[in-house]
Amino acid sequence: MTQNVKTMEVEKQEVTATEDTERTRDCRCFVPRADIYEVDDQIVIVADVPGADENSIEVTLEKNILTINAYVEPVAPEGYSLAFAEYEIGDYQRSFRLSNEIDRDKIQATVKDGVLRLYLPKAASALTRKISVKAG
Amino acid sequence: MMYRRYRVSPMWREMDRLQQEMSRLYEEFRPPRWRVAPAYPALNVWSSDDALLVTAELPGVSSEDIEVSVVGETLTLSGVRKPDELKEGARYHRQERGYGKFSRTLQLPFPVKVEGIEASFKNGVLQIHMPRAEEDRPRKIAVKTA
Repeated sequence: MTQNVKTMEVEKQEVTATEDTERTRDCRCFVPRADIYEVDDQIVIVADVPGADENSIEVTLEKNILTINAYVEPVAPEGYSLAFAEYEIGDYQRSFRLSNEIDRDKIQATVKDGVLRLYLPKAASALTRKISVKAG
Repeated sequence: MMYRRYRVSPMWREMDRLQQEMSRLYEEFRPPRWRVAPAYPALNVWSSDDALLVTAELPGVSSEDIEVSVVGETLTLSGVRKPDELKEGARYHRQERGYGKFSRTLQLPFPVKVEGIEASFKNGVLQIHMPRAEEDRPRKIAVKTA
C-alpha cells in the first residue's frame, strides 16, 4: 500500500457550524482525520482523536448516520503560561453515512494512543458469494 | 523580482521597505493560534519561572517510537508514525492520515536540568517537562543594611 502513503499534516480542520446551531461547549471542535478501509468482511474506520480516551468518546448510530464525538478537556497546567501555541485543543466530531450493508449490532470500537478504530462488519446478506461453475 | 535587484529605483526601494514593514505589523497582530507549525508535529510550549512544558499531539505513535533529546538548549523530538498493517486484499476508501518519520528541534529559552527531564505519553499526547537549570534560576539578592 505504499502508493497510498500520505505525508503527515500539521493543521487541524475545524468543524463548520451548521446553520442556526451553536455548540454548547465553549471550546473549538475539529474534524478528526480518518482512514477508511475494507477488509474481507468488514469496514474499518480509523480516526485520530489525540487527548480522548475510552470514557470521553461517544459513538452513536442513528438511522444510518454514524457519529463520532470525542471530548477533550483543554489542559492548562497550573503556574504555567502559554509561551507559544502551534495547535489548539478541542473536541472532535465527525459523521459518516453508512450503507445498509453493515451489521449494526456487531459494530465494535477501540481506542489506543489517541486513535479510534471502529470495526463495522458487513451483514451476512452483503457478503460476496462465490458461485462455483460446474462443467455440465 | 530579480529585475529590481540590478536597477533599483529609489521608489521601489521605498515600496519594498513599506511592504516589509506591513508584513511585520501583520505578523505581530496575528493571534497566537494562527501560528503554523513549520513541521510535524505541532508543539505547544508552556513556561513558568522554573520549568518548561512542551506538548505535542502524536496520535497513533507508540511511546517506544518517540525519541526526545536535549543537547545544550536545543530540544529534539523525533520518531516515526507507522501505518496500519493491513491484511492482504485490504482496500482503502479514504485515506487522510499520514505516516512517516518526523523530527523537530526547538530552541529553549533557558538551559534545562537534563537529569530532571520527564516525558509522558498518554492518549496520543506527549508532554515533556523540563526543569530550569539551577545555575540559571533567577537569584534573589538580599540587600544588607550597612
